[in-house]
Amino acid sequence: MRVPMTEYLLIDLDTERWICRVCAHDFGDARGNYKEGTLVYDRDPREIHPPVIDPEKYEFTFSPDPTFCRILEFYCPTCGTQIEAEYLPPGHPPTVDMLWDIDSLREKWEAHGGNPEEIVNYGPGENAETDLSARFDSVSAHSHSHRTEGR
Amino acid sequence: MTLTTDEFVPASGNDDAAQLLTDQEQQWVDKFMDETTLFLGPDPAIMRHHEIMPRTAYEEECIAKGIDPLEIDRIRKRLAGALDEAFEMCESMGAAPGAKWADLSCAVYTAEGDVTYLSNRGVIAFSSVLHHPIRYIMKNWKDEPTVGINEGDGFFHNDSRFGMVHNTDQSMLVPVIRGGIIIAWVGATIHEGENGACEPGGMPSGSETPFDDGLRASPIKIVEKGHLRRDLLTFLQHSTRDPKLMLADIKVKMGAVRRIMDTVDRLIDEVGQETFVASLRVTVEDVETEVRRRIAELPDGTVTFNQFVDSTLKENILIKFACKITIKGERMIVDLTGTGPEILNRAINSPLASTKAFMVQAILSYWWPDLPRSTGAMSPIEVITEEHSWADAGYDAPVGQSLQASFRGFSALQSAFAKMQFSAPQKYSNVVAPWFNQINDFLWGGTTQNGEQVGNLCADLNGMGGGAKAFRDGEDAVAPLFCAMADIGEQEVMEEEVPFLQLVSKRLVRDNQGFGKFRGGMGYEMMVASRGTPSWGFMTVTSGSKFSSVPGMFGGYGCPVYPLAMVKNVNIYDIIKKDPTQFNLSMERVMNEQPFEGGDYQSSHMGLQFDVAKEGELYMIAQGAGGGYGDVLERDPELVVTDLELDRISAHTASTMYGVVWEPGTYVVHEHQTAELRAQMRRDRISRGTPYKEFVQKFVQEEPPAELHYFGSWGQDDDENLIATHWGGAEPERVKGKLAELPLIMIPDRRVLKIGKLEARVRELEKKYGEVVAHKS
Repeated sequence: MRVPMTEYLLIDLDTERWICRVCAHDFGDARGNYKEGTLVYDRDPREIHPPVIDPEKYEFTFSPDPTFCRILEFYCPTCGTQIEAEYLPPGHPPTVDMLWDIDSLREKWEAHGGNPEEIVNYGPGENAETDLSARFDSVSAHSHSHRTEGR
Repeated sequence: MTLTTDEFVPASGNDDAAQLLTDQEQQWVDKFMDETTLFLGPDPAIMRHHEIMPRTAYEEECIAKGIDPLEIDRIRKRLAGALDEAFEMCESMGAAPGAKWADLSCAVYTAEGDVTYLSNRGVIAFSSVLHHPIRYIMKNWKDEPTVGINEGDGFFHNDSRFGMVHNTDQSMLVPVIRGGIIIAWVGATIHEGENGACEPGGMPSGSETPFDDGLRASPIKIVEKGHLRRDLLTFLQHSTRDPKLMLADIKVKMGAVRRIMDTVDRLIDEVGQETFVASLRVTVEDVETEVRRRIAELPDGTVTFNQFVDSTLKENILIKFACKITIKGERMIVDLTGTGPEILNRAINSPLASTKAFMVQAILSYWWPDLPRSTGAMSPIEVITEEHSWADAGYDAPVGQSLQASFRGFSALQSAFAKMQFSAPQKYSNVVAPWFNQINDFLWGGTTQNGEQVGNLCADLNGMGGGAKAFRDGEDAVAPLFCAMADIGEQEVMEEEVPFLQLVSKRLVRDNQGFGKFRGGMGYEMMVASRGTPSWGFMTVTSGSKFSSVPGMFGGYGCPVYPLAMVKNVNIYDIIKKDPTQFNLSMERVMNEQPFEGGDYQSSHMGLQFDVAKEGELYMIAQGAGGGYGDVLERDPELVVTDLELDRISAHTASTMYGVVWEPGTYVVHEHQTAELRAQMRRDRISRGTPYKEFVQKFVQEEPPAELHYFGSWGQDDDENLIATHWGGAEPERVKGKLAELPLIMIPDRRVLKIGKLEARVRELEKKYGEVVAHKS
């Protein structure tokens, strides 16, 4: 049984592994921190948020100050999907943002009886209905690492 | 400060057993304390608890007579109608700018103060914090011979230490009494603005002591048996800058509450007093029960969401708002351990009750908006925090701009919920990225063109950008986090009452987005200049000029940061009169081209204390954007070029951020080249990314960079130990320890520090050039 946990991650309850929903990359023990299986890049925030007013003239420009703020980008090592982007002070340990009780997760879904990949959606409303089954099921093994945008 | 005997704990934790009191001695101490209470300040027994009260004997009796769910539902609907009607009365008749734009709410409470139902529109947090003052009134004034509670009485308060979102709000709380028994309360609260603080407008970023925060009204009986007390009213009017506002809105709230009471009276006549009381109580309990059930639907585990705030509103620092949310069965524990200490001479601290009020805002607006808006929604949720953090400020900390901390309480819950609820089989709200969470707005004060003294704010604070949803872009300038259906006002109407023009208003700023598969809602820029006034000034009260206020979700990016830009020493009205083409104003053009000769062009962080605005001087800010959702390389290329065509994003962003290739002029997407570019960008990520463990070894440091004035835990493994910056001597020093062990944190005046540096530089230059100057002190 596979449970969609975020836009790009699922937990395989049979193997107890964090899995990339896009390409099936294995990020590690589902009882642990999925970030340990990612590639990380320390992004200068000025590259993401460009200045609107001239940084040569002004200290405050719409761009974050890189001595205060860094953006850590977490990538899937196989498909290159950006799974998370975390804003942190320079040198601050990355946040362990999710730790799940896998036994409880299994019990709850077993009690529910349904297939999480068919049941989980984005919430109420017709436009929030979506297919959150693993994307890698619908593409060949060959193309896993070459998936492009969209679904 | 409160000296209540039920809170008194004998000396303990001390080896000197001789200090322990005997029972007899303890009785003497208790008696002494009872008889010599100096004054009844905020009561920790009330203020530190948000759980619903146990059923009273009378409520038990009422419920025991039987509950008809359909009848209770009818009563709820009638109350909802009455509350919405009262809300509209306040909105239509209120003198406060905030009232006109929906920054208010009305509510019905149980006898013990639990919120049973709020108006559907308005600010949930306003009313959801008022169980504290009701409990204070019931505990202290009900049996107090000099006060008492009688039919027709109404109580006023504004001090958030007694339970209020912040001190700019003012309440009217009225008991429902039948047969001499208090069976319920009704109330109205409005963001009034002006409150006599050290700066106009009621939200002083310059406040350095609690006495700078303005009016400190504990619950007082302003209305006695239906009559507004002239002596107290005069005191309140005399204590603030806008006596007309004070008078008008107390009357507006009295009228609105009277309208709710009319419905309550009719309801009680129709269904009977006992059924009415039972329905209030059952609603509160039902909500609590339902919340427990919904918590149990969420996966067990822990979600951590830390925030870093970059300003005291006087200087740039970095202070952490830590939050770990743990779900275990029906239990949810919100743990704020690791949050930075209070800063005793800065305005950003929040009382715990105000921080919790914004947690309720997140729960009832963004988690479970279908629930009746009741105290029961927060009641089952446990909150771990320690007094004297900046999210749980002590009595002696200024709280004039407490929204800096309390809004972070909102963001902690709102943002974390996307992860908490993503895998849940049943959802009651959509998966959404973080909402913008700052008050990017102008506060103002002075003398109007009509000769009146005023102090208040623009409605633009209500134009926060919405977070992106998992399936669509966030909405631009849609609503403040605290009020789903607030208005950003009619500037032309405002200009009849206040002496400034918004020369630029509601124009979106290019690239002011949280980028993502779906982008956050955008914010717009505002440019103001005073005109036709003998004295006027502006303020801004926002952090997030160096560190983004909100991140994105699941790979999406957060908002940019926001500067305050000013052009002093110009009169834009004269300039435009001479050359109308100069009316082509935008922050980007004005600041980059510096077109006005002699102008002093400045940018700064968004904590501007009251700044005298001479006629025609320009003040410019931008409203904030919501967080983006998902990987930017998954954004539909057609959405990217649409944003490009509308000048919402730059060509640089479209190509380097979103990886889209298009035909200039026609904006036709080159699909194949786009796919190739994006594939290459993914390969580039893989190429530049470092395996996590290796990255952590390289990136993570033992403590913050030495030059950063940091407050809070570092990492999350040892949240009890905090780092802080302490100015014990001339230079700041880094201190570490548990919250209770840290020295009191006060920050020196930045102007004094600047003068010190400049004087040192002068001496250095004098020495360098051999100039002999006698310095006398």
